[in-house]
Amino acid sequence: MLFTSYGFILFLLVLFILYYAIPIKYQWVLLLIASFTFYSFSGWDNVAYITVTIIVTYIGATKIGQLHSQQEAFLKENRDKLSREEKKAYREQVKSKQKKYLIACLLLDLGILAVLKYTNFVISNINSVLRVFKAGEISFLDIALPMGISFYTFQAVGYLVDVYRGKYPPEKNLGKFALFVSFFPQLVQGPISRFDDLGRQLYGGHVFDAKNVSFGIQRILWGFFKKLVIADRILPAVRTITQNPDTYQGIYVLLGMVFYAVQLYADFTGGIDITIGIAEVLGIKVKENFERPFFSKSTAEYWRRWHITMGTWFRDYVFYPVSISGFMMKVSKFSREKLGEKIGKKVPVYLSTIIVWFATGIWHGASWNFIVWGLLNCLVIIVSQELEPFYAWFHSRFNVREKFLFKLFQVGRTFILMSAIRILDCYRNVPVTFRMYRSLLTKWNVNELFNGALLELGLEKTDYYVLIFGIIIMITVSLVQRSGSIREKLAARPYIVRYVAYVGLFISIIVFGAYGIGYDSNQFIYNQF
Amino acid sequence: METLLKILEELHPEVDFKTEKALIDNKILDSFDIITLITEINEEFGVRIPVDEIVPENFNSAEALYKLIQRLQDEG
Repeated sequence: MLFTSYGFILFLLVLFILYYAIPIKYQWVLLLIASFTFYSFSGWDNVAYITVTIIVTYIGATKIGQLHSQQEAFLKENRDKLSREEKKAYREQVKSKQKKYLIACLLLDLGILAVLKYTNFVISNINSVLRVFKAGEISFLDIALPMGISFYTFQAVGYLVDVYRGKYPPEKNLGKFALFVSFFPQLVQGPISRFDDLGRQLYGGHVFDAKNVSFGIQRILWGFFKKLVIADRILPAVRTITQNPDTYQGIYVLLGMVFYAVQLYADFTGGIDITIGIAEVLGIKVKENFERPFFSKSTAEYWRRWHITMGTWFRDYVFYPVSISGFMMKVSKFSREKLGEKIGKKVPVYLSTIIVWFATGIWHGASWNFIVWGLLNCLVIIVSQELEPFYAWFHSRFNVREKFLFKLFQVGRTFILMSAIRILDCYRNVPVTFRMYRSLLTKWNVNELFNGALLELGLEKTDYYVLIFGIIIMITVSLVQRSGSIREKLAARPYIVRYVAYVGLFISIIVFGAYGIGYDSNQFIYNQF
Repeated sequence: METLLKILEELHPEVDFKTEKALIDNKILDSFDIITLITEINEEFGVRIPVDEIVPENFNSAEALYKLIQRLQDEG
C-alpha cells in the first residue's frame, strides 16, 4: 500500500478515529494491528520475514538482559566477599556469554537481510568471472526484497546492541517490541529510530491534542506536496536523461544531476514528512531525518544533515566499534611505529571511514554503483580532512569566511559535488557514469539547452512552470525554517493567512500533483533500499 | 590532566579546553576527533574506552573525560 494511494488515506482516517476512540491503554495494540495490516498488503512472505527478525531479536535481547540482571544481583550479594580481580573475571565471563547471544542474533538478523539482498549480486559477480573462463552460468534466485527490510533490520540490530551495551533493559512484552520494529509509518523508508526514544512513546498512550493533530496533518500535506507536485513530476526528465546516456551528454548530465537532486530531496524528505506527520497525529514524536542538507558548506556537514538517523546509526554501531576495536588499536600502534606519529595516527580513523562508507554504499543497494558511490563519498571526506591545513592557511590569509558570496560558493560546491556522486543511483553502471562525467567536462555546450530539446525530456512547458513554482516554495520554506518551525510561525498569524496557506497547499496538491486518469503514483525511491 | 589537555590542544589548538564544557553539544569534537582521542588515551594512559562510554556526558569537557579515564583505571 503506497503512502500516496487513496487506500492508504482511508486506512489512516479509520486508524486516527479508532485511535482516539478506544481507551488509551489499548492504543499500542491498535498500532500493532495497523502496522501488520499495512505490512500484509506487501505480501505475507514479507510478514514472515519481519516476524522472524522480531522473534530472534526479542529472544536474544531477553537472554542478554537476564544475564545482566543476574550479574548485578550476584555482584551486589557478594560485594564484600569478592576481590576486585574476581569481580572483573566474573564480569568478563558474563560478557562473553552475552556476546555469544549477540553474535548469534546478529548473524540471523543480518543473515536474512544479506541473503535476500545480496545473493543475486554475488551470483552476477561470480557469473562475470565464469564468463571469462567460459564455464557456464549460475541462475539467479527468484527472491524479492521485502519492503523496508533494511530499515527494520537496522532498528532491531540497534536495539539488540544497546541492550548488550547495558544502555537499557530489554522490553518484556513481545507485542510491544513487535510494534517498535514494525511501526508502519517508518517501515517504508525510516527514519531509523532508537528504542529509548520511540519505544516509550509507542506504549505510553496519548490523549487527543488538537495542535498535534493539526500540525501532523499539515506536515502530511507538505509531504504530499513535495512528493506529488515536485518529485513525481520531475521524474520523467531524470529517467529520459539517465536512461539515454548516448543522447544526453555534456550539459544534460549536469541537468540530470540537478534534476535528480531535486527529485530525491522532494521524494525522500516528502516521504519522511508524511511519516513524521502521521506519528504526530498519533501524538508520537519521530526523530527528524533532515536538516536542510542542501545548505551545507562541506561534505561532512552534508552527511550530518542528510538522512541523519542512518548516519548516526552507522556512526554508533559500525564506525565507533570498528575504529576502537582491539584490532584497530593494534593497527594504530603498528602504523605509528612504521609510518611515524603523524601519518600513523590517521590510519585507523581513515581505515574505519573506508569500512563505514563501503557498508553504507552496499546498504543502499546491491550493485557496484552503490559501492563506488560510498567510496567516492569517503574519498571526498578524507581529501577534505587532509586539506584542513590548507583551508586554515587560506582563511588566515583571506578574510572571507563570513562573507555571503563565499558561503554561497561553499554551498554551491557541496551541492554540485554531492549531486555528481549521487547520480550513480541513476545510470546503468559505473563505466557509463564515468563516461558521463567525462562528457560533462569535454562536451560542454550551453546552447543545447535552448534548442527545444528541453521539451523532449518528458516534460511540457506547464510542467516546468509547476516545477519552478514548487521548487521556489520548497526553497522559501527551507530559508524561513532556519529561524524556527514554520508551522509555529504560521499558527501565530491571523486566521485568514493560515486559511489561505492551508487551502492553497491542499489545492496545489490536487491541481498540480503529478497524476491524472490512469496515473499511478510512483513508489518512494528509498523504499527500494 | 596535563597530558590529557596536551592531547586535546593538539587536536584543536583554537579551543580553551580548561573552560569549554560543551565539546560535543557545540559540535567542536566530531567523530574523527573522538576516535583520535580514544586512540591517544589508550597510548598515553593504557586505558581502553569502551564503545558504550562514548556518550556526550563523558566527552563534553576535559574534566569529564579525565574522570572517565580515572574511573576506567580504577576498574582495572
